[in-house]
Amino acid sequence: MTEVATGVHESIDRESAVRSYVRLYATLARTSMMQGFQYRVGNYFYMIGMVAEPVVYLVVWSTIARQQGGDVGGYTPGTFAAYYIVWTLVRNMNIVFTPFGWEQRIREGELSGHLARPLHPIHYDLGSFAGWKVVVIVLWLPIAGILSLIFRPELSPTIAQIAVFGIAIWGAYLIRSLFLWMLGMVTIWTTRVSAIFEAYFAAELLLSGRLLPVSLMPEWAQTLAGYLPFESTFGFPITALVGPITSRELVIGLVRQFVWIAIGIAGVQLMWRRAIKAYTAVNG
Amino acid sequence: MSVTDLRKVFEVPVREAGLAASIKSLVHREHRDVVAVEDVTFSIAPGEIVGFLGPNGAGKTTTLKMLSGLLHPSDGTARVLGHEPWKRERDYLRRMTLLMGNRNQLQWDLPALDSFELTRAIYRLPEAMFTAQRDELIELLELGPLVNKPVRNLSLGERMKAEIANSLLHRPEILFLDEPTLGLDVTMQRRIRAFLADYNRRYGASIMLTTHYMADVEALCERVIVIHHGSLLFDGPLSVLSQQFAGHKTLVVTLDEPADLSNYGEVIESSATRTTLRIARDQTASVTARLLSELPVRDLTVEDPPIDDVIELAFASVKPA
Repeated sequence: MTEVATGVHESIDRESAVRSYVRLYATLARTSMMQGFQYRVGNYFYMIGMVAEPVVYLVVWSTIARQQGGDVGGYTPGTFAAYYIVWTLVRNMNIVFTPFGWEQRIREGELSGHLARPLHPIHYDLGSFAGWKVVVIVLWLPIAGILSLIFRPELSPTIAQIAVFGIAIWGAYLIRSLFLWMLGMVTIWTTRVSAIFEAYFAAELLLSGRLLPVSLMPEWAQTLAGYLPFESTFGFPITALVGPITSRELVIGLVRQFVWIAIGIAGVQLMWRRAIKAYTAVNG
Repeated sequence: MSVTDLRKVFEVPVREAGLAASIKSLVHREHRDVVAVEDVTFSIAPGEIVGFLGPNGAGKTTTLKMLSGLLHPSDGTARVLGHEPWKRERDYLRRMTLLMGNRNQLQWDLPALDSFELTRAIYRLPEAMFTAQRDELIELLELGPLVNKPVRNLSLGERMKAEIANSLLHRPEILFLDEPTLGLDVTMQRRIRAFLADYNRRYGASIMLTTHYMADVEALCERVIVIHHGSLLFDGPLSVLSQQFAGHKTLVVTLDEPADLSNYGEVIESSATRTTLRIARDQTASVTARLLSELPVRDLTVEDPPIDDVIELAFASVKPA
């Protein structure tokens, strides 16, 4: 090889790894933001459609609370409103690269393009979807304002709650990204696994706090939820801001998120090593 | 790059047509092994451009994917730039590029310049080096007015040029090109060929090229490797390929007056005074001498058959297993 090219690769080596990753994530996020803002109308309609789900839950639970004399398990119509309005933000933060995206990635041969570059594709997904969150939050603010005017949420978080919420929504994003990545990687072995994904999402709907606050569920369901990662991605971030929650529960919630992140990283690494050997690049 | 006994076997599910077969497959799934690449051995020197030829399904792309670290081989060894490709070491991946004519790395909705920035971040390119390389590629590929347009608004040829620029920003030392001129018009094909030859000269990069366009091969490759049914059929200079697989030459004879030349060889084409003959390679000299001595020849040329025909003959020489 010529001296010119050798010099190029030596200069690449001098780049600090941390600085490179910061720049990589910033570039991925910026690229994703540019794409997101290009389709702002489409994104807005998507978000408006998504708001329908919590509004239905909110109306149902508020009605039940009023009929039961003002609250259900300590949740008043005002706290239900707070729960489900915060829900809309947490749900948006929870949108990650899904197993259905994985199906397309394998079927269309897009994974080959990722593999030809010196970057683990999970960084690409994490950085891209993180950038999209910025678009989502900008678009979410007026929706949250309108929902607040209509449903009058009761929300008075402490500084600690706000700080934990700020960390927890990104923790939730990481956990859901890692676990859905593991689920998505199954498509490397078999390309049609939508049924498995649906089963996962059904369990998540019931045991995460998405359908209703986990504290309102039967004792056995709460115990089961404690052994699964779902609550850390939904119920915990919402409750961290809306309450009621003690300082101890805030810390435990963050520790649990940390543990799930560690399990997710280990799981992704383990599966990825096997998946990459099994990959057949059928369509690309 | 050295490759020894490289082999790739895919396990594919087998199922007969019909409902009964579908139900049976629920409880008993059958598989069979398909050998995509079988004990392929070759080496490529630094700076060499090698055409990697074969019909569809011959194993070309599978070989390229193994050498670029996308696929694990079933058996065999390969060393490329001192690395075992399928270990996917970062140092290797950033010294090579794989460009597939039917795949995009550019962001569809954004101008190519934004994708270039992303490539810079992925390959950790220093600012000065990136800017110099980007500007040079934009100039060489005549991309100036195009890089600010969203990729979706570019024509196929313009997009391919932008893809090529994007894949060379990190100045790779080895290029795996899978049909880089696929679907492009003749002018664009020529431009891309000229650019690749220039890149090879400037940076001494090795290029392994698969293509179905023989014009690509003739313009770029002094050496070709022919693969068929996963096995190596030929490895050598393009000129030797004709000698080995085409047992004939073509004689184009122009006479002063019309004459029947069927006694001299197989007449392929004939007009008033001009005749094209197919002659056995070992008889070329004697037939040429006879023609010149026996007939009023105004002009005579001896040619190897077109490369497309030679390749076709090479493929036809092997019966499927």
